[in-house]
Amino acid sequence: MDKNLQEYWRKNISFMAFLLVIWAFVSYGCGIIFVKPLNAIRLGGFPLGFWFAQQGAIYVFVCLIFIYYLYMQKLDRKYDVHE
Amino acid sequence: MSILAWTYIMVGLTFGLYIFIAWISRVRDTKGFYVAGGGVPPLANGMATAADWMSAASFISMAGLISFLGYAGSIYLMGWTGGYVLLALLLAPYLRKFGKYTVPDFVGDRYYSDAARFVALVCAIFVSLTYVCGQMRGVGIVFSRFLEVPVDIGVLIGMAIVFFYAGLGGMKGITWTQVAQYTVLIIAYLIPAVFISMKIAGTPIPQIGLGGHVQTGQYTGQYLLDVLDKLNTDLGFTAYTQPGAKSMLDVFCITFALMVGTAGLPHVIIRFYTVPSVRAARLSAGYALLFIAILYTTAPAVAAFARYNMIDTINDKPYSEAPSWFKNWEKTGLIAWVDKNNDGIIQYRAGKPFIGKPKFTGKTGPLGQKLVANKITDSPNELYVDRDIMVLANPEIANLPAWVIALVAAGGLAAALSTASGLLLVIASSISHDLYYRMVNRKATEKQRLLVGRIMIGIAVCIAGYFGINPPGFVAQVVAFAFGLAASSFFPIIVLGIFSTRTNREGAICGMLAGIIFTAAYIIYFKFMGGTKDQWFLGISPEGIGTVGMIINFIVTIVVSRMTKEPPKEIQDLVASIRTPRGAGAAVDH
Repeated sequence: MDKNLQEYWRKNISFMAFLLVIWAFVSYGCGIIFVKPLNAIRLGGFPLGFWFAQQGAIYVFVCLIFIYYLYMQKLDRKYDVHE
Repeated sequence: MSILAWTYIMVGLTFGLYIFIAWISRVRDTKGFYVAGGGVPPLANGMATAADWMSAASFISMAGLISFLGYAGSIYLMGWTGGYVLLALLLAPYLRKFGKYTVPDFVGDRYYSDAARFVALVCAIFVSLTYVCGQMRGVGIVFSRFLEVPVDIGVLIGMAIVFFYAGLGGMKGITWTQVAQYTVLIIAYLIPAVFISMKIAGTPIPQIGLGGHVQTGQYTGQYLLDVLDKLNTDLGFTAYTQPGAKSMLDVFCITFALMVGTAGLPHVIIRFYTVPSVRAARLSAGYALLFIAILYTTAPAVAAFARYNMIDTINDKPYSEAPSWFKNWEKTGLIAWVDKNNDGIIQYRAGKPFIGKPKFTGKTGPLGQKLVANKITDSPNELYVDRDIMVLANPEIANLPAWVIALVAAGGLAAALSTASGLLLVIASSISHDLYYRMVNRKATEKQRLLVGRIMIGIAVCIAGYFGINPPGFVAQVVAFAFGLAASSFFPIIVLGIFSTRTNREGAICGMLAGIIFTAAYIIYFKFMGGTKDQWFLGISPEGIGTVGMIINFIVTIVVSRMTKEPPKEIQDLVASIRTPRGAGAAVDH
């Protein structure tokens, strides 16, 4: 792979890793590991940990995919590998 | 007009629509048959993927399951949505760039090995077959409950419809009918949910109603979830919003296995071969999860409303005053009441009322309740409620008009049929493309291959129908298998195949075998050979063991690859080429 493509790939990987950290944080962190302490906090009628596990994590998942799509569209153009 | 008449109209109309779509999208070449010609727009592919993914279980059973599990049901909500993030970031764009027809195609080509291809195709068939039997059963059950035809006839009608549109249109026919089926199923799911949310929480948006205030009755003005916590605790259950008895590690592993399994399911992966570009693959994964999320964020609200409604209208009320939906479902045998203390009042508490599913004696008690022959337990609980009725009974509980109930029946059928057709295509393509064309007869003509594909769909429909009519007792047990196997076989080697150039044939074959054998042995030991809970590895249940199998696969693949020689130059070039979107073109046929 030439240098340009290596850089493209590295940027792709690091952004992906960043998104996956958020993915793990909202589901495994907020929804499972910290659910008890978070349940002590209220979000309107929801205990926060419960909200993350049954609502919030899913909303974040959807956002992550669209953010990745937009980021990669820009990255593809910048490194001239778009279709 | 009666509910039955409405149901015939709704089901007839939707079936007519599916057949019409199948006829206009019939295909003449293998590319149309396997990947819908590779020209499906991202939005349509998103809807088709959502319908493909959401099965009879998602539509009918999930809300009911969560209703009884409370917080613990979150494993399904997060597990069956989170996998799409992995799919969108780690798999879909690259598999689209690779651009072949099936998952074994990728495994066989990337690891330059027919042995690897064969292992992959056996896994693909096993996973899909496990799944499809449940769908056919779902079709039969909806028919028997709403159209009053026997389950067997229902299964046969379902088989005929699926064979017609999958056989005629292949992936193209399936894709466009799935788009229609998604529309039907989501409307059928949302309408009752909106009405019930209005009734209980006073807002038309169920996702907000879940955190809203109770509108009527003795708990007026209190938060619904607080009321549920209190009711659950009073009756001896775990508080609705709090974690239950499962260990945190087990919850973690089950959720992870479901996520990774979702990302590794062949019928989901192949949907991303059908879009025109890499960009479209990324985008359609987003649409797919958005469309899935509409149902998956509504389901926990439906679950909570149903839980509240059930306890509020039935518990500690005299049987003679039970609402009409209670009596209707009692007739079908999905609700049963045993008056243990002879006070004529329904006591709903934690614990099982009796052992097993209700077996009715055919006689009725002094108040007209159907008597059961089951062995009664010591638990104070007197009520048996099948979890599946929560979604199906919802419109009745909320006193909705007959056409809404009919719509729910059509929605359940749409969910079951759309998933069944996607799975059947995987089975048919694994045999006709991966086995017959790639491994047996490389000289087969386009026409021969198409014919073999259609014959395989026919055979697969018959096998699925047979198991739908004669369900093997182990169907529920093997669902853990499907996810565990998908997680421990495909996911690691596809990811490594894309992200690590160094991964080679030897590594992939050893890794796949290690992952599958470990996971299968664990599940078989605990599900079929009487293994007990105290023997669980680190307290991980068979449902979650796919996570460990996946880790084993990753480690074995990496270690063996490092110890053996690196893959040939052309494979390394292939890996480099799938990493950039340009030049994806349409799916190619070698």
